[in-house]
Amino acid sequence: MTALSPGPSPRPPTTRGAARTAVICAGVAFGMVGLAYASVPLYNAFCKATGYDGTPRQGPALSVAAAHSNDSMVVHFDTNVAPGLPWKFAPEANQVEAKLGETKTVFFRVKNASDKPTTGVATFNVQPGLMGGYFVKVACFCFNEQTLQPGETIDVPVVFYVDPAVRDDSNTAHLSEMTLSYTYFASKNGQPVTASVANTAPSGTKRDF
Amino acid sequence: MATHATHAGAHDAHDHHMPGFFARWFLSTNHKDIGTLYLLFAFCAGMIGAFLSFGIRMEMEQPGLQYFSNPATYNVFVTGHGLIMVFFMVMPALIGGFGNWFVPLMIGAPDMAFPRMNNISFWLTVAGFCSLLCSLFVEGAPGASGAGTGWTVYPPLSTAGHPGPAVDFAIFALHLSGAGSILGAINFITTILNMRAPGMTLHKMPLFAWAELVTAFLLLLSLPVLAGAITMLLTDRNFGTTFFDPAGGGDPILYQHLFWFFGHPEVYIMILPAFGIVSHIIATFSRKPVFGYLAMAYAMVAIGVVGFVVWAHHMYTVGLSLQTQSYFVFATMVIAVPTGVKIFSWIATMWGGSIRFTAAMHWAVGFIFLFTVGGVTGVVLANSAVDKYLHDTYYVVAHFHYVLSLGAVFVIFAGVYYWFPKMTGRIIPEWAGKLHFWLAFIGANILFFPMHFLGLAGMPRRYADYPEAFAGWHKVSTYGGHIFGLGMFVFVIGVVLAFRSKERAADNPWGEGATTLEWTLSSPPPFHQFETLPRIIDEPGVH
Repeated sequence: MTALSPGPSPRPPTTRGAARTAVICAGVAFGMVGLAYASVPLYNAFCKATGYDGTPRQGPALSVAAAHSNDSMVVHFDTNVAPGLPWKFAPEANQVEAKLGETKTVFFRVKNASDKPTTGVATFNVQPGLMGGYFVKVACFCFNEQTLQPGETIDVPVVFYVDPAVRDDSNTAHLSEMTLSYTYFASKNGQPVTASVANTAPSGTKRDF
Repeated sequence: MATHATHAGAHDAHDHHMPGFFARWFLSTNHKDIGTLYLLFAFCAGMIGAFLSFGIRMEMEQPGLQYFSNPATYNVFVTGHGLIMVFFMVMPALIGGFGNWFVPLMIGAPDMAFPRMNNISFWLTVAGFCSLLCSLFVEGAPGASGAGTGWTVYPPLSTAGHPGPAVDFAIFALHLSGAGSILGAINFITTILNMRAPGMTLHKMPLFAWAELVTAFLLLLSLPVLAGAITMLLTDRNFGTTFFDPAGGGDPILYQHLFWFFGHPEVYIMILPAFGIVSHIIATFSRKPVFGYLAMAYAMVAIGVVGFVVWAHHMYTVGLSLQTQSYFVFATMVIAVPTGVKIFSWIATMWGGSIRFTAAMHWAVGFIFLFTVGGVTGVVLANSAVDKYLHDTYYVVAHFHYVLSLGAVFVIFAGVYYWFPKMTGRIIPEWAGKLHFWLAFIGANILFFPMHFLGLAGMPRRYADYPEAFAGWHKVSTYGGHIFGLGMFVFVIGVVLAFRSKERAADNPWGEGATTLEWTLSSPPPFHQFETLPRIIDEPGVH
């Protein structure tokens, strides 16, 4: 059992091994910080790909043949303007009934109620969140920043369809209604963007999903 | 556990110059001194955290607002209590305190691998604590001082809801203590992997060292994620980024994912060292080697690994799909298996043992009972359907206080009563430890058990006021808090008596059940030990 190491034995040569272990550990720690930051674009990509957390998908319209069935879904619209943006914002109709796979266009009216040009950007979401994967936007004003002159009013379109695959998912098969919600925020950049740039060029920032 | 070594270490002290007071305690590079500093720090921080919880309990004794004119200040107390107890009491005590003291002793190392880094870790933690105290006195929510965000610091409450700098101070506190903990974790991993005495293989290493090793890996993998998340929060607050702000395309739910990717391993960071300590105490006072040594070690590894893939069970209400919820329910329940292995093995260790109910054993057995209660409510909460009803109610409060306040904290006291003779050479009277235990055990159960009823009845967390209907159990709960607090006085009296008494502890006051290396040294151990490395020789039957 007990044994004494005889006399003053030299310490084992741990220094190099210890330094290596410590460097590896430090690398792991920095790697995890990197992963935390990498999670932001990964999470965005993941939400976009899966419709996770009510993120609507984007894509081209279905071909006419693919649109089928008498099955439909009532889509309600919800519009909000965040504090700090002097805009009025409303849909042309509070709800529409969309056949599954049928491409629908709905106009929203946006008005700058102030006497200054202001820039806003809309974020969007669907409820229930599980519908995100089946609500496909073909075109939307919300993909870009919007600058409105004093008193200017514009009608902006949203083109979408509800993917018929919604009935194949046990999570969503029973749903007959959903809500598409928009909130206009004052643009964080604060830079008034010319309307033509705002409407055409994807700005390449992450709000551009 | 592998056992026994040399008494040669006892004579090392004479060969070394002992530094003066300032150099010894402020520039310390000695693992035992740093451990002592951590324990003293944890005690001071714990007293402040306990004071905050006393404020909470006084307010909750009756419906209406009695002590807090502004409910936001009540939330600041709740937040401060949570952050202090997690980051500045439990972690410093179990990891910095007992870990620093006993990991090198148990594995037969002369000190930690990087003694100066060890010192930095400690003072970073202290600096973080100062930053957190500062946050209490600067404006947070409009019209109130301090951060009232809860320990989870969820946006948008922590961004749009707290324009003042209090949250920045709190985030800075987490950065500093987090950096300290990561450095500490690197130190533990390096020490344990490289500096074990000859013959001390990983599979002969005492369970407490195993626990600290797994804990260090959890810290290393999870804390940087918290650091990243709160840095994003900081830049969202101050520099116009929109990681968690929908106005710029961010998503507040992402913060919850990042936080709980850290937060769930964090709860095992707090309890795994406690598992290690309890294993030693149960084995010592049952005078038997711990039952199923390897299963005990790998159960901790399994808990650590699975702990990283269950985080979303804290977020069942954010709208996860049914499949996602099913996965997290299942994965969470899987953790009950290795935990069950541990509970079973502790009981099997006691079974047929020659049990002595010392003060430390009281606390350890009390821990097993209370932790099991907390574990069972954890399995209840793991069910997403049930959790949707109980989410953010006092049932959750009861659950995590049973596993932390009654789990981790009971083991901190168990560790103090077990190792106090070794650390100081003094003896706390057994009656004080036992009286402290019974006051704490009865008090804590009266304090926290009624919270289950309150939660089931629908009482939400983090509110300063509540309807009349909840008044009865809240009153009972507050009485329990007073009894628990009384126990703390008994503890202080016990420590004072220990230092006033002339009685000195033997090298091994617990007899033949105490088989780990620290008991082969003098009490207290020499300033430097194991200059001559002990050689561990396998002893059949001792594992």
